[in-house]
Amino acid sequence: MSELAPTPTVASDDPLLRADLLRVATAGSVDDGKSTLIGRLLYDSKQVLADQLEQVEQASVRRHGEGAVDLSLLTDGLRAEREQGITIDVAYRYFTTGDRSFILADTPGHVQYTRNMVTGASTADLVIVLVDARQGVIEQTRRHTFIASLLGIRHVTFAVNKMDLVDWDEGVFRAIEAETTRISSQLGIPDIHVIPISALQGQNVVDRGELPAWYPEDDDHPTLLRHLQTVQVSTDRNLTDLRFPVQWVIRPGEGGDTAGGRWDAEDLHDYRGYAGQVAGGVLRPGEEVQVLPSGVRSRIARIETLDGDLDVATAPMSVTVHLEDDVDVSRGDVIVGADEDPAGITLREIEADVCWMSDRALKPGARYLLKHTTTTTAAKVDAVIDRVDLHTLEREDAQGLELNDIGRVRIRVKRPLVGDTYLRDRATGAFILIEEGTNDTVAGGMIR
Amino acid sequence: MTSSMTPIDPADLGGADALSKLRALESEAIHVMREVASELERPALLFSGGKDSIVLLRLAEKAFRPGRFPFPLVHVDTGHNFDEVLEYRDRRAAELGERLIVAKVQDTIDAGRVVDGYDPAKQGTSRNQQQTQTLLDAIEEHEFDACFGGARRDEERARAKERIMSFRDDFGGWDPKNQRPELWNLYNGRLRQGENVRVFPISNWTELDVWQYIAEEELELPSIYFAHEREVVRRNGMLYAVSPYLQPQDGETVETLSVRYRTVGDLTITGAVESTATTLDQVVTEIAATRITERGETRADDRASEAAMEDRKAQGYF
Repeated sequence: MSELAPTPTVASDDPLLRADLLRVATAGSVDDGKSTLIGRLLYDSKQVLADQLEQVEQASVRRHGEGAVDLSLLTDGLRAEREQGITIDVAYRYFTTGDRSFILADTPGHVQYTRNMVTGASTADLVIVLVDARQGVIEQTRRHTFIASLLGIRHVTFAVNKMDLVDWDEGVFRAIEAETTRISSQLGIPDIHVIPISALQGQNVVDRGELPAWYPEDDDHPTLLRHLQTVQVSTDRNLTDLRFPVQWVIRPGEGGDTAGGRWDAEDLHDYRGYAGQVAGGVLRPGEEVQVLPSGVRSRIARIETLDGDLDVATAPMSVTVHLEDDVDVSRGDVIVGADEDPAGITLREIEADVCWMSDRALKPGARYLLKHTTTTTAAKVDAVIDRVDLHTLEREDAQGLELNDIGRVRIRVKRPLVGDTYLRDRATGAFILIEEGTNDTVAGGMIR
Repeated sequence: MTSSMTPIDPADLGGADALSKLRALESEAIHVMREVASELERPALLFSGGKDSIVLLRLAEKAFRPGRFPFPLVHVDTGHNFDEVLEYRDRRAAELGERLIVAKVQDTIDAGRVVDGYDPAKQGTSRNQQQTQTLLDAIEEHEFDACFGGARRDEERARAKERIMSFRDDFGGWDPKNQRPELWNLYNGRLRQGENVRVFPISNWTELDVWQYIAEEELELPSIYFAHEREVVRRNGMLYAVSPYLQPQDGETVETLSVRYRTVGDLTITGAVESTATTLDQVVTEIAATRITERGETRADDRASEAAMEDRKAQGYF
């Protein structure tokens, strides 16, 4: 055995290298069977390994005595949660089937955990809302659907669980289907699916099992997993508005960890690359651009990566952009298309929906730091316009926002933001508020 | 807020729209590294010579080249290492031209700040606990405010709930019930007095993702990751390498087997797996087919109890 590892030879047509990624958030509570559903997804798709299963089997016996394996225990994370039988925080699970890999953000469902659901949904392409077939559409269902729409989720799947406990009654399912469809259409969610399942019995989650004739085996009646595997999300990104927030300026002649090493940058004195993650639109070499907020114009000379130059880059690729002219660009600047009217996307005052995440309430007039793309600036909340009653989903007048509240606010910023509405581009429409003094993240916000 | 640009048909982008899973994860990790380098004063990258930290080094190249890394590499060295890994560690740091700081658990012991947990006469003892003190000492001495680590959420269930940026108090402790919300890709890197942060850019990667990335990027690995003949003893269902630090006890027999390692850590607590996989292809195939988790199969430190990792993290562990 030589000291060096052998040269790798994985074929590039390996389906796992072509696999795409779907980020899913699940909303629901222990009572809806959410942990059982996630356990079922992992178990039936053969993602649970022998030692994990052994742990769960032992825990099931301790908890429930001899008998069936309690799949919900697969997702129990922290000791405090096991002791109290609750989910405290967002947990992330990973599984791959066929050509698609999934990141599952498992978020708790009760109203006091609204901030956790907002956090989990902020990075999701699709949200699964769990509905207990016995209870039908309840306040919590409406709240979860509302939060999904607030976070700009375009794909919502209603998993109608515990169908076995209503004897797979078609009437029960159709009523829930009609109501969830109505709510989603009111909220403007473009793509919804309603799927009957029994997570406990393993029906229609990964395997179909024995299902009644009203849910026939065809493409229009998929299992939950089949639906997750086939839902199309590639068109969700904004390919229209070029947005490249500069994150890090690469100047090999400067900075870095200079206390040691022998990094040689002799021939790179004039090198200047603007590194960042594409937030919207399409970058191509030769494209005329402007740098905001300064308004300086230039052209894209190169799109560089360690693996070579690119002809085209789209969100969410991390690349390094070179401009043809020697202009002054730094972190926080945003490169946009040449045709863009700077006035339209340079924002000094914004209206936004925020989810309040701190137990110290928001009061009008309060000052925070606002982080948006790669810019952090001082911000003042001039007004709280309204607050959403998370029980009725009505907007009502409010003097402030408390922990887990969602409401509309007006914010003024010191350094103008180069941004869009959240519905136009999630990456340039989202921000967080940071409390000076504690440095806590106290809110997530979406520009309206 | 309108644009005069014509909407673009994704089909015209020649595949650039269909970012594969690995490229999406890579882009996320690069973004995290650049954010931390921008927002924190003195980061460091924890480099053990293990596969996950080897991936971190490649990601750092992708994030910062042709510039120099804006941080040094730090190895917390228990003194019980595989020679092949130390050789690799030093050579890789030299090839990259980056600074390597080795923080030795032995020095912490010699200074009297911890008692050596390892006792050659006692089975199952190691310096696993003492590494935490050495790491905290290094953080203090060099005034690091952020340490990149290669931990992944799929490794263990406490990690499944840990943020990408995991804030630690003066004692390095992690408080799972009091974590900052992490929304979109907007990381809040601002520290309180006395705090520092552990940053896990490959949080969302699985073990298989790491292996496939290594294959895709043609990254070199220390040779112990591939099948080789080694003298081992069986202990509590695991295979341990016989070394100056781990000798067979009464009743144990030394066997020579074809083995490889799935993880690389302190050799007194890292188990080998029987394998004949000598190429990355073969290793990836074996990993894809395995029925046991990486830590369950090879890490004695996580088998101690149901909450072993959660408890160690609360005390300042990686």
